[in-house]
Amino acid sequence: MAVLSVTNLSVVKRDRLLFENLNFAVEQGGLLYVKGQNGAGKTSMLRVLAGLVVADSGEVFFSQQNIQDCRENYHQNLVYFGHKLGINQTLSAVENLQYWCKQHQVAIPVDTIFSTLVQLNLVGLEDMPVANLSAGQQRRVALARFWFKQDAKLWILDEPFTALDTQGIDLLSKQITKFLSGGGAVVMTSHQALRLDYPTDELILEYRI
Amino acid sequence: MAALMAILKRDLALAYRQRAELMQPMLFFILVISLFPLAVGPEPKTLQIIGPGVIWVAAILSSLLGLERLFRDDFQDGSLEQLMLSSTSLPAAALVKVVAHWLTSILPLIILSPLLALFLHLSEPMYWALLKTLLLGTPLLSLIGAIAVGLTVGLNRGGVLLALLLLPVFIPLLIFATSAVESAAMQLQYTAQLAIIGAMFLFSLALAPFAIAYALRVSQT
Repeated sequence: MAVLSVTNLSVVKRDRLLFENLNFAVEQGGLLYVKGQNGAGKTSMLRVLAGLVVADSGEVFFSQQNIQDCRENYHQNLVYFGHKLGINQTLSAVENLQYWCKQHQVAIPVDTIFSTLVQLNLVGLEDMPVANLSAGQQRRVALARFWFKQDAKLWILDEPFTALDTQGIDLLSKQITKFLSGGGAVVMTSHQALRLDYPTDELILEYRI
Repeated sequence: MAALMAILKRDLALAYRQRAELMQPMLFFILVISLFPLAVGPEPKTLQIIGPGVIWVAAILSSLLGLERLFRDDFQDGSLEQLMLSSTSLPAAALVKVVAHWLTSILPLIILSPLLALFLHLSEPMYWALLKTLLLGTPLLSLIGAIAVGLTVGLNRGGVLLALLLLPVFIPLLIFATSAVESAAMQLQYTAQLAIIGAMFLFSLALAPFAIAYALRVSQT
């Protein structure tokens, strides 16, 4: 069954048509890799898919239901990772993640948060304000979400590999593969070549003038 | 419910850690009010006439200074996006954020107000009337202000625009609040003015959360 499907999607941004009449579906265990130049509308599309922005025309369905009608259920099953990390600079990594878990009604003990941060190579930085961490480390803190929301059905990732080192890329790639083989669906963009050992569907957005 | 408590706790913790930023509107409030006795002269009668108005105008201006903090950081770092993508209801979350904001940046002004009333030679009945109008009226400032912050948070440097949008809206509140204190100065009843401010407050309490949530969603585009 299609986790996410899209019919006749069009988005206009600042009087420029980014794409029109887009139709696709992502099945359980499916990975959709959105490609395109800068400005082609990848981020805009992902924001529409996540339900942050309403498309100019067309509909997005989550398990056959329009996402406008099942917003709560949809968001319970979604993990979105955008350009903005969603990490407060003044709070520490642990505080940020605890807040995120409470917000998304995920019951995760503090020990698990600590051990996940260890896995993400952030030992000793757990209690430091996030502003003191490097760009890559801040991304790792935000990425910890993908270790927490176990029952999610869909991940949407916008350029997740930016600023990560090779070890970080491997770690995240592994987590994505694990999620996919567990029946999850993933939509992602990336300018790096994907190093996932998994069959990939590609969607190419053309830059329009 | 747990999610809303988490927002409240987080916002209070953040306010405590950014207390230097939080102090600025408060110092502004004190300084503006202490300028008046210096500029107008220490004549008690004159100060009593302008006093309530001065305190209210200063309260409105300093609340505008701190208002932008309400959603700015969360918008810029993406916390707001994540909040919208959680199953927490956005109007409820917005209301909790406004409450946290009122507790951290407006309540201190009210606590400071006896000192300032002394600067301006307000009599005791005048001070009590002023306190009541502040307690009923300032939550209204936060609620209505939050709608405008929600609308302007997507534009960078919405600071002055925010003031231009909000100041005209606060005029009715200012009129009723100062008229209540004037009545108190003349030993008259001022329940009517308080009732009107209270009605405005309850009305905005009921509707503003939805307007704030809508404004925040619009700002995401």
